[in-house]
Amino acid sequence: MEILVCIKQVPDTAEVKIDPVTNTLIRQGVPSIVNPFDKNALEAALQLKDKHGGKVTVISMGPPQAKEALKECLAMGADQAILVSDRAFGGADTLATSYTLAAAIRKVGSYDLIFCGKQAIDGDTAQVGPEIAEHLGIAQITYVAKIEVNGDTVSVEREYEEGYGIIEGKLPLLISVVKSINEPRYPTIKATMKANRVEIPVWTMADLDVDEQKLGLKGSPTQVRRIFTPPQRTEGVVIQKATAWESVSVLIQKLSDAKII
Amino acid sequence: MNFELTKEQEDIRNMIRDFAEKSVAPTAAERDEKEYFPREIFNQMGELGILGLPYPEEYGGAGSDFLSYAMAVEEISRVCASTGIGLSVHVSLCSWPIFHYGTEEQKQKFLRPLAEGTKLGAFGLTEPNAGTDASAAITTAVKDGDHYIFNGAKIFNTNGGEAEIEVIFASTDKAAGLKGMSAFIVEKGTPGLSFGKKEVKMGIRSSVQREVFMKDCRIPAANLLGKEGQGFKIAMTALDGGRIGVAAQSLGIAQGALEQAIKYSKERVQFGKPISSNQAIAFKIADMAAKVEGARLLVYRAAYHKSHHLPYSKEAAMAKLVASDAAMSVTTDAVQIFGGYGYTREYPVERMMRDAKITQIYEGTNEVQRMVISGAVLR
Repeated sequence: MEILVCIKQVPDTAEVKIDPVTNTLIRQGVPSIVNPFDKNALEAALQLKDKHGGKVTVISMGPPQAKEALKECLAMGADQAILVSDRAFGGADTLATSYTLAAAIRKVGSYDLIFCGKQAIDGDTAQVGPEIAEHLGIAQITYVAKIEVNGDTVSVEREYEEGYGIIEGKLPLLISVVKSINEPRYPTIKATMKANRVEIPVWTMADLDVDEQKLGLKGSPTQVRRIFTPPQRTEGVVIQKATAWESVSVLIQKLSDAKII
Repeated sequence: MNFELTKEQEDIRNMIRDFAEKSVAPTAAERDEKEYFPREIFNQMGELGILGLPYPEEYGGAGSDFLSYAMAVEEISRVCASTGIGLSVHVSLCSWPIFHYGTEEQKQKFLRPLAEGTKLGAFGLTEPNAGTDASAAITTAVKDGDHYIFNGAKIFNTNGGEAEIEVIFASTDKAAGLKGMSAFIVEKGTPGLSFGKKEVKMGIRSSVQREVFMKDCRIPAANLLGKEGQGFKIAMTALDGGRIGVAAQSLGIAQGALEQAIKYSKERVQFGKPISSNQAIAFKIADMAAKVEGARLLVYRAAYHKSHHLPYSKEAAMAKLVASDAAMSVTTDAVQIFGGYGYTREYPVERMMRDAKITQIYEGTNEVQRMVISGAVLR
C-alpha cells in the first residue's frame, strides 16, 4: 500500500502570542513543531503500513527549515520524505498551497491513500486537505476518527459534533484525521539518528508541472483582513443528581424550558 | 572550547524529554506512593532505544554516546528519579562491564538483549558488612569443573528481582583479598539464586532494591567476566561510569525542582504580588539556578570524557559530589519556596527532596567521592 502524508511545520501555538496591534502571530523565539494533527495522520499511515505493508512518504511545502519537521516524521517511521520549497511558493494561501502540493503528489506518481491532519494549528483553515483531493480529482473523507482498509475499500468513522457517521470509500482516497484517531508514537533513538543523516530531496518549481501564475502570492485570492480569537464555545452541562430519576426530571424540565420538547 | 550539543544529541534529548513528560511523569507520584516498579516503562524505553543508548548497533545498542546517555538519565530523573536510577544501573553498572570486559560471545548473549531492552540489568556488589569497604565481602565462588558454585548474599540490589541479568561479584580466592575478587554474569532463574525483601525507603520508592541470596548456586564458568581476580577493578571502573549516571540523575532532580520553584513563585500571590518579586525568593532561585548550571557542566564534561576515551574517574567523582549536593540543596530550597504546600504530597517537590538524599549516598558516598578526588589531586 502506497501512502502519502502531507504535513506542515507550524509554530508551537501553545507558546505563541498574538500581536494586539497588527493581529498577527508573534513568531520570534517560538519553537517549530510538526502540526499535531499531521502527526495523527502520520500515525494512521504507519499503523496501516504495520498491518498491510507498503510504504509511507511524507510531503511538506515550506521553507528549507521545514526539513526538521520531515526528519521528525522519518524518525517516527516514515520511509521517505520530500520537501517542496521555492521562493516562488512564498505567501501562498490554501488554494495555491494545495495546487502546489497536488502537483508534487502527481510527481510522486502512484498512491493509494493520502493522509492529512484535519487542519493546521496556525491557520486553522482545514482547507488544504480537501483542496488537494479536488485538484487531484479523487474522493475525500474529512474528520476521520477510525479507519479500516479491506482490499480497495476503506470504511471509516467520521466525527461530527453530534456523533459519528460510518462512510465507505474506494481507493485512491484522501483522508483527513482528527486527534482522537490515535496517539502518535515516539520516534526511536536509532531512527532519530538515522533521520539526521538522511538527505531530504527538495523539489522546486522547476521540478513540478505547474502554472507559475497559480503559485505563491500571485496564485492566492485570499487576503487576510483581521485575525481574532473567536468566542469560546460554551461547555456542555452535566446533570448528575442522586438518582437517575432525579437527573431525568431535571433534564426534561430543561428541555421543555428550551421548547425542545 | 565547545559547549554546543550536536544536532543528534539535541534531537535525542528532545525526544526523551517528550517521552518523560508524556509517559513517565503522569504516574510518578502514584508509583512513589505505592512503591510500584514500572516494568512497562522500562519496556517502552527498550523499544525506543534508550536502554542501549551508548552501545554500538552491532550489540543491539542505538550507537550514540555517553553524553546523550547522561542527558537521558537527566531528562527521565527530571520527572521521576526512581526511573532514572533504574536506567542508570541498567546501562552503566550492568551493561557497561559486559561491553568493556566481556568476550564476543558474552556480548552477543547478554549485552545484546540488555541494549535492545528485552532484558533488564542489575549489579550486585554491596553486602551487609561490605558497603564502602568492598574487601569485607564474603560471597564466594568456588570452581567446580565448568561451573562456579556461589554462596553468599548481596543487599540494596537495584532492579534486583526484576532484572533478568545481574553482574555479581564474588571472591574466587579468599586469601588474595581484593585481588581475589571476580565478576560474573548471573541470570535470573538460576537454581540457588533467590531474592529477599524489598527495601522500604525514604525516596526513590518506585525503584526497587532487594536482597539477593545465593545458595550453592551454579554459574557456568563461561559467565566469568574478564579474568579471575579482576573483579575489584571491574567493579571500580563500572562505578566510575555509574557515578556519571547518578550525577546525571541528581542534575535531573535539581532541574525538575528548580523549574517547579520558578513556576510556583510566579503564580503564588502573597501581599498582592507574586512571591518571585520578593528578593528573598528571587535570590534563592538565582542560587538554585547557578548550582544546577554548575553541576550540569561537570556532569556533561565527565560524560564527554567517557565518550572520548579520556580519563574520567576524578571527573565523574567531582560531578557526582557536586551534582548530588546541588540536588539536595535545590530540592530543599524548592520545598521552602512552596512553603506549607511544598511539605505536602500535593506538589512534586516533596518527593524530589526525598529522592535527592540517596544521591549523596549511593554509587559511593560523597565521602568516597572525596577520597577519589583527593587521591587524584594529591598524587
